Amino acid sequence: MFHDSGHLIRPALVLLAAVVIFLVIRAAVIPKDFGKYGHYRPAALALVRSHQIAYAGQETCVMCHDDQANARKAGKHAHVACEACHGPQAAHANDPSIKPKLPEVADLCRRCHEKDAAKPSGFPQVVTVEHSGGAKCNDCHQPHNPRM
Amino acid sequence: MDISRRGLFHIGGKLLVVASVGATLEQIIGAEPPSDAYRMADHWWGMLIDIDKCIGCGSCVRACSQENNVPKGYFRTWVERYQVDENQQPTVDSPDGAMNGFAPLTRDDLKAFFVPKLCNHCADSPCVQVCPVGATFVSPDGVVLVDKEYCLGCRYCVQACPYGCRYLHPETDTVDKCTLCYHRITQGLTTACCENCPTQARVLVDFKNPQDPVHEFLRKNMVQVLKPYMATKAKVYYKDLDGSVR
Repeated sequence: MFHDSGHLIRPALVLLAAVVIFLVIRAAVIPKDFGKYGHYRPAALALVRSHQIAYAGQETCVMCHDDQANARKAGKHAHVACEACHGPQAAHANDPSIKPKLPEVADLCRRCHEKDAAKPSGFPQVVTVEHSGGAKCNDCHQPHNPRM
Repeated sequence: MDISRRGLFHIGGKLLVVASVGATLEQIIGAEPPSDAYRMADHWWGMLIDIDKCIGCGSCVRACSQENNVPKGYFRTWVERYQVDENQQPTVDSPDGAMNGFAPLTRDDLKAFFVPKLCNHCADSPCVQVCPVGATFVSPDGVVLVDKEYCLGCRYCVQACPYGCRYLHPETDTVDKCTLCYHRITQGLTTACCENCPTQARVLVDFKNPQDPVHEFLRKNMVQVLKPYMATKAKVYYKDLDGSVR
């Protein structure tokens, strides 16, 4: 009855070989820990974490610049982070020989304090042209403690 | 050397066995665990945004852009200004994502406010569900991330995100988005946007930390997420969010 079974066995062997080849390639291509936390590659977490930090953060700035931090603490800008005005300073924190540029006062103050109907009503706002008539904000105000 | 057809099959078969045993062993031995102190299982990150505190200065947009080298004209976070007219129809503007703040609004008899936006780091995020290759995922600490080495750039996720928070990076041709500054928060720092918000209108929170002020905040304030009807389990909570915000 099965004297022609070779016709069945040979294609079966070919199919088996194809499945094995598929499994071998699959094992070689997919990272070994794929699926450890979910349907993704755990190494991606390390890849995202490897990005360089640009903003050093308050605590780092205050370590050296405690004089400015104390001046700021007494005023309305107590909770404004250094780098919100001074820009990203991680490079300066790592290598103090890199000197940061001073911020452009005209743009800086206006962004927060120019009068806008959408701003919360309790927030201090001015119409710059009426308020100063073109004079620079820091001609009168100390930026770290902005009283007159 | 003369090899018969049968001989060739024999050699091929032996090679296959050796290769599959090798591959299996490599899988069993597995990868090394990360060696640092940060434990993902101890955190579940999100953000609180207080509309009443946002002054639309764009500090968050500039900080995000510089921290993450966001290409010009693209935004991982941006600020929208809403002005809602008598018929409850909002007019929305966000010039350059509010990178340089806003030109003043003149009409002050209508309600107007700022809405900072970013990835909502949804627990049930549509973007993750549509990715065909496992290149975008929710990390064990609740941050939606992209594996740029796996991303094909097919843009399914860009279309799937109900909040418009994803874009195709023009240089790498892979999808890019807010990482909730994953490289910072896993080192004990806050995100660049929260660090530089002068009014603390946006605050990074950890829902798994019992000491985090988020628990009291959610107990005592009226909050809403964006598009709650999308059932994405968004983790960016807005205080005093107006119904006109889309």
